[in-house]
Amino acid sequence: MLDVLIFATLNGVVTGLLLFMLAAGLTLIFSMMGVLNFAHASFYMLGAYCAYSISLYLGFWVGLLVAPLLVGVLGALIERYGLRRVHQSGHVAELVFTFGLAFLIEESIQFFWGRDTKNYQSPDILDFALFTLFGQEFSAYRGFMIAISVGIFIGLYFVLTRTRIGIIIQAAITHPKTVANLGHNVPLIFMGVFGAGTALAGLAGVIAGPVLTTFPGMAVVLGSIVFVIVVIGGLGSLAGAFIASLLIGLLQSYAIASDVGMQDLLNVFGIDFPYDHPLADLWGLTLPQIAPILPFLLLILVLIFRPTGLLGKREE
Amino acid sequence: MTLLRKLSVWVAYLAALLLLPQLFDSILAISVFNQMAIAIVFALSYNMLLGQGGMLSFGHAVYFGMGGFLAVHALLMLETETAHFSIIWIPLIGGLFGLLAAIFIGSFSTRKAGTVFAMISLGIGELIAASSLIFVDFFGGEAGISGDRTYGPTFFGIDFAQNVEVYYLASGWVFISTVFMYLFIQTPVGRMANAVRDNPVRAEFIGYSARHVRFISFCASGLFAGIAGGLFALNYEFITEENLNAATSGRVLLMAYIGGLGYFIGPIIGAVLLTLMNSLLSNYTELWMLYLGILFLLTVMFLPRGFAGFIMMHQLAWVRGKLRDLVVPYLMTGIPAVIFMLSLIALIELVHAEEASLHIYGLTLDPAAAGTWIALLLIATAALFGTRRSLPQLRAAWDTANHIPDEER
Repeated sequence: MLDVLIFATLNGVVTGLLLFMLAAGLTLIFSMMGVLNFAHASFYMLGAYCAYSISLYLGFWVGLLVAPLLVGVLGALIERYGLRRVHQSGHVAELVFTFGLAFLIEESIQFFWGRDTKNYQSPDILDFALFTLFGQEFSAYRGFMIAISVGIFIGLYFVLTRTRIGIIIQAAITHPKTVANLGHNVPLIFMGVFGAGTALAGLAGVIAGPVLTTFPGMAVVLGSIVFVIVVIGGLGSLAGAFIASLLIGLLQSYAIASDVGMQDLLNVFGIDFPYDHPLADLWGLTLPQIAPILPFLLLILVLIFRPTGLLGKREE
Repeated sequence: MTLLRKLSVWVAYLAALLLLPQLFDSILAISVFNQMAIAIVFALSYNMLLGQGGMLSFGHAVYFGMGGFLAVHALLMLETETAHFSIIWIPLIGGLFGLLAAIFIGSFSTRKAGTVFAMISLGIGELIAASSLIFVDFFGGEAGISGDRTYGPTFFGIDFAQNVEVYYLASGWVFISTVFMYLFIQTPVGRMANAVRDNPVRAEFIGYSARHVRFISFCASGLFAGIAGGLFALNYEFITEENLNAATSGRVLLMAYIGGLGYFIGPIIGAVLLTLMNSLLSNYTELWMLYLGILFLLTVMFLPRGFAGFIMMHQLAWVRGKLRDLVVPYLMTGIPAVIFMLSLIALIELVHAEEASLHIYGLTLDPAAAGTWIALLLIATAALFGTRRSLPQLRAAWDTANHIPDEER
């Protein structure tokens, strides 16, 4: 029992931190431009594919460095020549634009890389067990994922609160006009933040690709969950996104690892249902079965009872 | 006079719906028309939400799919003779179930518009799509459920075994739905939906509950989405999880947006256009989804009001009789622009080509020859240059055509 719990926690932390890398960029972009970037998970997928192609020729480590940069530059260009133009037509148009972008990126990836799953491998040097607990191995690559994610979190926190650029960015979020009047190029800051956010998504893709498999549906798998995190954490709150990422990661991991179901719940109350009952599907539900829908259930509950999310600002 | 004019539009619409299968009667054409009929009702119901009510939904397929699933269950009930009615009522059953689902979900999701609404709709869409794989009895798992539309009493001797018979039934429902959706806009609650979309605070100040108004639009939209789902069930006789997931929700957003939000005719244009692209273009190229994505992004960027908005842009010039002055500038810009796009498509197809030769526009191109690539790139560059050069003239012609001299003001 204890071993299951410990490994579920470790896996939950790995997933949660990975989700945070995506959610961090999404939150930054949202608080700056007020638009939820639907294509965010597509940049994550693009990162994985770019890194895969680079790793074929130059190895994993070059891919780790170059792929996020490529994705970030592409993101900045899309902001400059696409999103900025659409901005004039309002928020709905922006949201719809990023939605179309997600569609286009997925199609383009199928165009360039094909529909099949890519054999993107983690580097050999990390191909050993970091430690063995209760006879189960925890791979070094997962440890590496945790290290990278924590490093990004600390780095982001440091840049945003302790450097001049971070202070200007924070000011531009709340008072863009004042910042512009002080002589800063606000559109350039926007472009930079969008680029940095997409680069973070790309980096998440690079390190997640070998573990979660690199295939054209990987954006869809993670895309809506990242949204859920950003909304549950409170739109625009980086700390909220961090808490929500870990929460969702752990929740899903525990649900999958558990083996309780409706049957057990009913047994507690001493109720018994025949197996050929028309609602047998409902009585037979198990927690691992509903693990994929738990985040969405949580999202709906949060939106109904606390629309601002965990750490969001009070609504006007 | 205006009433007569409006009526004639509706008569023309009905005539077009009924005459289409007379003009094109191949099996492919009929199946495309059936898809169009379904898409028109679905896209119009989506426009009710986003275009008229200002609620951006990423889960509209839920009501379409729920209606469709219940419609197939109704077909199954006819088959086992637990119920006895003509299948012409199947879309209505789908609609009522869509309405029921909308009443339940709308009771909490319409509290707020904007991002909160969009996120709730996304969450519910994902929730229902995931549940449909869990509750196998009702949704049939990944295989979905299927029925047979030939059971039950015949309708004046028609048993709807032929696709064309289903088309006439569908066109009847399309016409009725279109009329009712148009009338809905004219009702006070339809007008208030526009007001709430534009300024909910003001709407509340004159005594309307924004939430209540949104709720009513939401329910009406769910009803018509359910009717579309019922039509789908009748046409294909099966329905799967795919019909209520995010991809279907996305497709209806695409249709309504490309056609033109806010204009009543917009979603109809979008539905027709996308169905045609879907069924005809997919015969020629497997890359049609890529082109669809590009078309969508270009529409959002350059025609934010969709194709209907583009047409309506010319109203002023039309009224002033200046439309003729625009023809030559349009051709001057349009021809190189079309050449540019065609050469770009040829290039994309060349990249994708796996065989030794590519047949496109009646030409045979060799992907291995460098000359093909250079020629196409040259044509594309020249065409782009021509487009950019002629743009200022088009802009000037546009300004003069829409300019109202001071003495007329």
